[in-house]
Amino acid sequence: MIVGKGKSIKDILAMIENHSKIIVAGCRGCVTVCAAGGEKETGILSAALSLAREKDGKPIEIKEVTLERQCDSEYLESIRSFVDEYEAVVSIACGAGVQFMAEKFRKIPLYPGIDTNFIGVTEAQGVWTERCQACGDCKLHITGGICPISRCAKSLFNGPCGGSSKGKCEVNPEIDCGWQLIYDRLKELGKLDQLEIIIPINDWSTSRDGGPRKIIREDLTL
Amino acid sequence: MLYLLKSFQRGADGVYVAGCLEGNCHYLTGNLRARKRVEYIKKILDAIGIGGERLEMYNMSAAQGPRFVEIANEMTERIKKLGPNPIKLAAPTKSKEGAQKEKEECSV
Repeated sequence: MIVGKGKSIKDILAMIENHSKIIVAGCRGCVTVCAAGGEKETGILSAALSLAREKDGKPIEIKEVTLERQCDSEYLESIRSFVDEYEAVVSIACGAGVQFMAEKFRKIPLYPGIDTNFIGVTEAQGVWTERCQACGDCKLHITGGICPISRCAKSLFNGPCGGSSKGKCEVNPEIDCGWQLIYDRLKELGKLDQLEIIIPINDWSTSRDGGPRKIIREDLTL
Repeated sequence: MLYLLKSFQRGADGVYVAGCLEGNCHYLTGNLRARKRVEYIKKILDAIGIGGERLEMYNMSAAQGPRFVEIANEMTERIKKLGPNPIKLAAPTKSKEGAQKEKEECSV
């Protein structure tokens, strides 16, 4: 899932300083699972913003909505009938959701209520960690199901650097060395010989270096 | 967590959450989780200038009547020192009813 974290209330208050009637829009997708932008967080953020503004003698009217997803047009359409009655939207969806809403509703300012951090997993309740950087050219079949791009601080492709010590990364002793994880996993699988496969210099054009990416499935387009 | 903030929105000067004694929760760790959530809301209250000290978590058993009285008095004294909820001191430009937020489910 896409994992995010709420921005500070002070930052959001500064964004909406000049507005007196806003929508706080949550999303039932990824950000609900990572407890950053679901229905519950929509309620908590709205209540906190409302309290803060009331304390400052500048009450604000807030409409709370939680869309099924903010990255799909049909769900965004569900607020079209009333969005123009408000001065701004604070979206606590991921960056894709905020941007898609801004594209669909061009006359109303959109403010991000969360920071979008990474594609990751729920490692334990309340703990999310990164697993994928969406490079567009998956190599997990070679590296034992552990991504050298997202799990190695240097995104090295052919083994660890000199900063790997006792299985940990020099960047932070709490971070596992990605290549140690790859080695251990391949050993468990009895496939250490895969370490001899040389992964060539990477073509990053499928990643961010090629500009915004697009996928078209001709069999699905209308 | 939302109820705690709603209480302050509706004008409460202070709120305390009473959980069972640690180790005696019917839901095993429910009271420990509640404490963490209370701490989270205290941070929000600090950030928005209402003051996290207006919110507290206490643990007591149903058989501890005198302790309940002690805590009630302790909180009452604390809140008296802090004064009213700051939203009551702000310019009353809107009714409490008007501040109630409409909630709407959106789906297609």
